[in-house]
Amino acid sequence: METIRASIIGFGAVGQGVAKVLLQKANYLKDIGIDLRVIAIVDSKGADIDTEGIDLSAALSRKRTDGRVGPNNITGLEVIRTIDHDLMIETTPTNIETGGVGLENMLAAFENGRDVVTSNKGPLALKYRELAEASRISGSTFRFEATVGGAMPIINLITDVLAGNNIISIEGILNGTCNYILTRMMDERASYEQMLAEAQELGIAETDPTYDVEGIDAACKLVILANAIFGMDATYKDVEVTGITKITPESLILAEDGGYVIKLICEVKKDLIRVAPKLVPNGHPLAVGGTLNVASVQTDLAGTVTITGRGAGSIETASAILSDIISIYRK
Amino acid sequence: MRVSMDIELKDVPGQLLLALNPISELKGNLISVVHHHENHTPRGLIPVQVVFDIKPENLEDVISRLEDSGVEVARVGEERFLEHIAVILIGHIVHTDIQDTIASIDRTGYAEVVDLSLSMPCIDNPSSAYLKIDAVGKKEIKDAISVLKNVASKKDLVVIEPIETEFI
Repeated sequence: METIRASIIGFGAVGQGVAKVLLQKANYLKDIGIDLRVIAIVDSKGADIDTEGIDLSAALSRKRTDGRVGPNNITGLEVIRTIDHDLMIETTPTNIETGGVGLENMLAAFENGRDVVTSNKGPLALKYRELAEASRISGSTFRFEATVGGAMPIINLITDVLAGNNIISIEGILNGTCNYILTRMMDERASYEQMLAEAQELGIAETDPTYDVEGIDAACKLVILANAIFGMDATYKDVEVTGITKITPESLILAEDGGYVIKLICEVKKDLIRVAPKLVPNGHPLAVGGTLNVASVQTDLAGTVTITGRGAGSIETASAILSDIISIYRK
Repeated sequence: MRVSMDIELKDVPGQLLLALNPISELKGNLISVVHHHENHTPRGLIPVQVVFDIKPENLEDVISRLEDSGVEVARVGEERFLEHIAVILIGHIVHTDIQDTIASIDRTGYAEVVDLSLSMPCIDNPSSAYLKIDAVGKKEIKDAISVLKNVASKKDLVVIEPIETEFI
């Protein structure tokens, strides 16, 4: 049995999801030879530290009742630098302007020889090369399945399961909010504004929806694929982006009459990284509705492989993080 | 050129070979053959639609050889546009001179707008249009779409194209 000491930096929806999943799967992890102990949890208001292993259910209930995980004032960076551990689970909120605290955390983790598993897109959409290089130099493992498509396995599918294939292109829907709004506009013959309001009421869209509806979130995920799969050195600013704010209900009806649906499609292949609304034939594997994500991977040997799944949600995202953790430490 | 030809064959064995031989002799490339067994002509012949690529100068020869061997040629037509695409436009389509937008495609000589459905919800709001464009080949479809996108960007119109990859 190998003991893995881990920190969880960022204890919002995803961080808490990770704690819940680790609790739920503790026995399973032991069965496959992984004794995972969380020795530090840090949120924006405080921290909890126990080098013997934190009681995760107590930490979760403290977070619920007190609004913070613990009274300790130590920061995430200090934990990463000063407390000995193997794995840093980075789940702080994403920042696409500078990479924010997430970027600093990841770089510090690599400097200190810690493996990193993250759901935080911002740093990867801005500084992929730098991070990949830092992890290579330190000999640490860097996994980020949760940054793209939530629970839908795409990066590990391509790098592990489809190993040996040349990837010709990836095309898909990587933003559940836009997919929800377009699907509902079609169902209800309603305007973009109405269905955005509905999505906001349901918590599917943020109060400031710009990041989703202008295609920026999709562009961030796409650029991570472009860098990780196609070896590009791109940032999300290199993506040609058109959002969904100009889509009219009439255009959706005209498309339907022609046998199509309109979807916000992400597309990456050699020399092209683009996010734009596209016509997708009815019944095509990419024509998934609701908040679902989907991706079609075109390969030279396996042909086209299409996967669909939930692109967001704390437990779904934690599932992707767990699978990254297992793939690093399973012998 | 690609030719679509309706011919009429006697309902006896060996007739189809008789009909296809001249096409292959004159280096034509057969694309499709469709028998309409269910629609016998009043004279008891079977209509067959044949589509093939051939050099234009050889077409007359094909027709005369067919007629010499007793095959009825009922119709010959050139299939000029082989590729089709549908796109959606959103914006002030009419007020930005819809005629000019269409003409920009038609002027290319290799592509044409063959259908247009327009939806104008109310004045001052953006309209939506569904355009069907035909072109002589795949490359020309792409070229026609870039011409359209160029015009659309000047007129602040959104162009929504179909996804590229067909599901295999």
